[in-house]
Amino acid sequence: MTEPLIFELSRPGREGIQLPDNDVPAKAVNELLPADMLRQQELQLPETSELDTVRHFTRLSRMNYGVDVGFYPLGSCTMKYNPKICEDAANLPGFTRLHPYQPEETVQGALELMYQTQNYLAEITGMDAMSLQPAAGAHGELTGLLIIKAYLKSKGEKRNKVIVPDSAHGTNPATATLAGFDVVTVKSDLRGNVDVEALREEVDGNTAALMLTNPNTLGLFEENIVQIAEIVHDAGGLLYYDGANMNAIMGITSPGDMGFDVVHLNLHKTFSTPHGGGGPGSGPVGVKAELEPFLPKPLVIRDKEFYKLYYDLPLSIGKMRSFYASFGVVVKAYTYLISQGVVGLKSVSEHAVLNANYLMRRLAGHLNIPFDRTCMHEFVCNPRGLKENGVRTLDLAKRMLDYGYHPPTIYFPLIVEEVMMMEPTETENKETLDEFADNVVKILQEAVEDPEKVKAAPHDTPVGRLDEVTAARNPVLRYSKK
Amino acid sequence: MKFIPHTSEEQRQMMNELEIKKLEELFQELPDEIKINKDINIPGPLSELEVARQLKKIAEKNKTVDQLTSFLGAGAYDHYIPSAVQHILSRSEFYTAYTPYQPEVSQGVLQSIFEFQSMICELTGMDVANASMYDGASATAEAALMASAATRRTKVLISKAVHPEYRQVLLTYAGGPELQVEEIDYNQGCTEIEKLKQSMDKDVAAVIIQQPNFFGSLEDLKAFADVVHEHKALMVTCADPVSLALITSPGSCGADIVVGEGQGLGIPMAYGGPHLGYMACTKKLMRRMPGRIVGETVDNKGQRGFVLTLQAREQHIRREKATSNICSNQALCALAATVHLSLMGPKGLRQVAEQCLQKAHYTYEQIINLLGYQPVWSVPFFKEFVVKVPQSPAEINNRLLEKGIIGGLDLGRYYPELEDHMLFCVTETRTREEIDRLVALLGGDVK
Repeated sequence: MTEPLIFELSRPGREGIQLPDNDVPAKAVNELLPADMLRQQELQLPETSELDTVRHFTRLSRMNYGVDVGFYPLGSCTMKYNPKICEDAANLPGFTRLHPYQPEETVQGALELMYQTQNYLAEITGMDAMSLQPAAGAHGELTGLLIIKAYLKSKGEKRNKVIVPDSAHGTNPATATLAGFDVVTVKSDLRGNVDVEALREEVDGNTAALMLTNPNTLGLFEENIVQIAEIVHDAGGLLYYDGANMNAIMGITSPGDMGFDVVHLNLHKTFSTPHGGGGPGSGPVGVKAELEPFLPKPLVIRDKEFYKLYYDLPLSIGKMRSFYASFGVVVKAYTYLISQGVVGLKSVSEHAVLNANYLMRRLAGHLNIPFDRTCMHEFVCNPRGLKENGVRTLDLAKRMLDYGYHPPTIYFPLIVEEVMMMEPTETENKETLDEFADNVVKILQEAVEDPEKVKAAPHDTPVGRLDEVTAARNPVLRYSKK
Repeated sequence: MKFIPHTSEEQRQMMNELEIKKLEELFQELPDEIKINKDINIPGPLSELEVARQLKKIAEKNKTVDQLTSFLGAGAYDHYIPSAVQHILSRSEFYTAYTPYQPEVSQGVLQSIFEFQSMICELTGMDVANASMYDGASATAEAALMASAATRRTKVLISKAVHPEYRQVLLTYAGGPELQVEEIDYNQGCTEIEKLKQSMDKDVAAVIIQQPNFFGSLEDLKAFADVVHEHKALMVTCADPVSLALITSPGSCGADIVVGEGQGLGIPMAYGGPHLGYMACTKKLMRRMPGRIVGETVDNKGQRGFVLTLQAREQHIRREKATSNICSNQALCALAATVHLSLMGPKGLRQVAEQCLQKAHYTYEQIINLLGYQPVWSVPFFKEFVVKVPQSPAEINNRLLEKGIIGGLDLGRYYPELEDHMLFCVTETRTREEIDRLVALLGGDVK
C-alpha cells in the first residue's frame, strides 16, 4: 500500500482555499515592483481541493506509527504518553495568537508561564538558573558548551579538550566540535561505568569539560559520579549533564546534587511533550550560579508583580535562536509539570525504572544482558546464538513491526555488539510489557526455526524493507514532473 | 493527573518478580550523598480540570492579535492558516512519532518531508532541501558554517539589513569555530554593494543577504551574487518563502544556499516558537548540508518508498566529524507547511503575496500622506516598510495600544541611527477598515 505524492494528485485549476477579495485600491504589480524582480514562471505547487488534501495527509498518517498507536520502547528517546490536555493548552489562542514583539504588558501570561517553567526546571535539576531558549537537545548542548567556553575565557583560561565517554550519544562529540573543542573519548569499564582510571589519565589542565549522561546510555547509573566530579573539578574543568535520561532520576537525585555545572533537558523526552515525528523539541539549559551571567539572552525575570524580558547580560554568549523559546512546547511542559507536581514526577521516575527492570527480568533468560546490574529507565541487551542462522538484531527489530510494535533502539550505544536498547517508560501497563516479552521470545524462536521469515520481515507493513543503499547512491530528494 | 497505569496489585507482582519490597531499592546503586534531601518546589499534582482552569487563567492574561490589531512583522507574521492544517497536525500518528528510524512504519512522516523538500526547492529555485532546521536564525548560522567548511575559508560577511536577531545568532554560533563575522552596511534601505566589494577578499566563505531584507526592501540579489562568485565565495540568501510566490527565486539569482523562516506557511506565531527553519542548496553542496534529508527509493517488492538518506553527514554516524550536531528538527512544523502549501496551491500563495504587497503599499501611501510622517527610502518593498515618525515610536505605540492597536516596530531598538523610525507590516489578514483606523489614530493632519 503506497500513497501518491500530493503533486501527483494535482489537477490544473483545482483550488483548496478561497481568500477574501482584496479590499484596498489595487495597483498593477509591475507598478509596485520592478519587472526584473518578478517571478517569471508559475510555481509548481500542487493544485488540490481541501478534501483531496485532507484525505492525502490522513492516509499518510495511517502509514505512520506513534505512541498513540502502540508500544514504542525506543531506548534513549523516552516515548511516554503525551497527555492530551497539554496539546489543548498549547493550542489556546491566548498562547498561539501572540506576536513575539508585542508589548510586555500584553503578554504577562506568557512571561509568567516561562518564568515559572524556568524555576520548576531549575528546582528539579538542582541548578540555580535556567534558559528556555534552545530549540532541541543538541541545541541545548551547543548552548551549554558555548557557556563553558565563555566562562573559561572570562577567567583567562584557554582549555581545548572536551571528554566524552565511548557510550555517548553522537550529538555530544558533534557538539563539542561545533563549539570549537577537541574531542577525546574515554572508555567504559566492565560494569558499564566510565573507566575512572582512564578518565584520570585523560583529565588535565587543558580539560574544559566532561560531557556525561547519567544514567548513561547503557541505562546504568554512573556509580562513581562523585569521584568523577572530583577528578574533573580538581583539574579546573566543568561537568556537563546531558539530560536525555533525566526520566530515571526526578526527585531522587539531580544533576546539581551529582556535581554538574551545566545541564540541558529534553522537554520532548522527560516532560512529555510529543516528538512530532522528529520535532519540534525544546532543550532548556540550566547552570550553577557562577555560570549564570553567560546564559543566552533574554531571560524572563519578575520585577514585583510584573514579568519582563531581561537583556542586561553583558557576559551572555548572545542568542541561540530568534525570539525566546519554543514557547508552544514550553506550554506543554508547564502543563505536564503542574499536573504531576514533585510527588508525581518522583513517581514517574520510580515507575520508569520499575518497568525497565521488570521487562529486563522477563527477557533475561532469552536475551543476553551484558551488564548484570539493576538498570535505570532503560537497559541494553543482545541476541545470542543467532549468528549461525544469519539473523541479526536488525532482523529481529523488523519482525517486531509485524507484531505491531515499534522496535527498540538498535546498534546504539556503539560499544555493545548487535545491541538493542529498550526503554518501556512509566506509562505502559504490565500486560503490555508481558505481551511484548512473550512476543520477543516468540520472535527469537522464529529466528531459530524459520530464519528466512525473520530475515525477510516486515511482512505486514505498508512497505517492505527499503533499499537504503540505492537511496544514498542515487539520491532522489525531490519530486520532478515525469 | 496520573499517567502511571499500575494497580497496586500489579505493582506488587512486579516487585515480587524483582525480589524487592520497596521501589527505593531500585536506586540502591546511587550514592547516599547525592540523593535529594530537601523540598523541591513544584506545585501540584493537579487534576485535569484544575490544570485546564489554571492554563485558561494564564492564557487570559495575554492579549492576542485577535483582540488587538497588529502591524508587527519583523520575522513573525500573521498570515491566515487554513483550518485543515491544525486538523492534520492533530493526527497523533504524526505528532506522537519519533524521528523516522524505522521507515516501514514511518512512511507518513517520510513522504510528507519529501513533499516538503520538493516544495522548498520549488519556492527557492534550488536543487536540494533538507527536512528542516530549528528556525530562520539558526538556519542562517548553519549556512555560514556549511559555507565555511565547503570553501575552507573563515570569514563571513552579513548585511546589516539582515534581521538583527539572526545576526546575533550568527555571532554566537561563529564563536565555536571562531569564524570572523563582518557586517556590510546598508544605504537607502538596501545592502550597499560598494561596501560589499570593498570587504571581499580571499578569506570570505559566504555573504549573507536577506530577501526581502529586515526593512522589507527587495535586494538586487543577482548583482550581489556576481560579486560574491567573482571571489569564489558562496552566496547565502535568507528568504521569506511567502514573498517567493511573487518575486524571482534566489536560485535563479545565483544563490548557493537558501535558508529562511517558514513560520508564515501555516505555523502560529506562538510568541516566537516553535517556528520552522528551512535550508536548500545546490546539488554540488548537497553532501555538506546539516540535518535530516529524505530520499526516494523502492522496497523489496519494488514499491516506491522513502527513507532518511545521505546519513554519512550526520552526528549519529560521524560523531565529531559530522557536518552539524542537529538531531531533532521541526518535522511537525514542516508538515504544517506542506499541508498549508498544498491547500494554497500556486494560485492561493500568489494571492496571499499580492494582497500583502497591495495592502502594505496602500498603508504606506496613507501614512506618508500624514503630516509629520515621512518616507525614508524609495526602494521596492514587499509587506513591510519603514517610515520616519513625528514623535517617539514608544509614545505612538502607547497611544495606539490604548485604542487596541499594536503599532510598528521601534527600529531605534536595533539601529541607533534609525531612532524615530518604525517598521510596519501589513499582511493579507489586515482589512482596509483596520488599516484606515491605524492611519486615523496615528494622528497628524493629512498633508
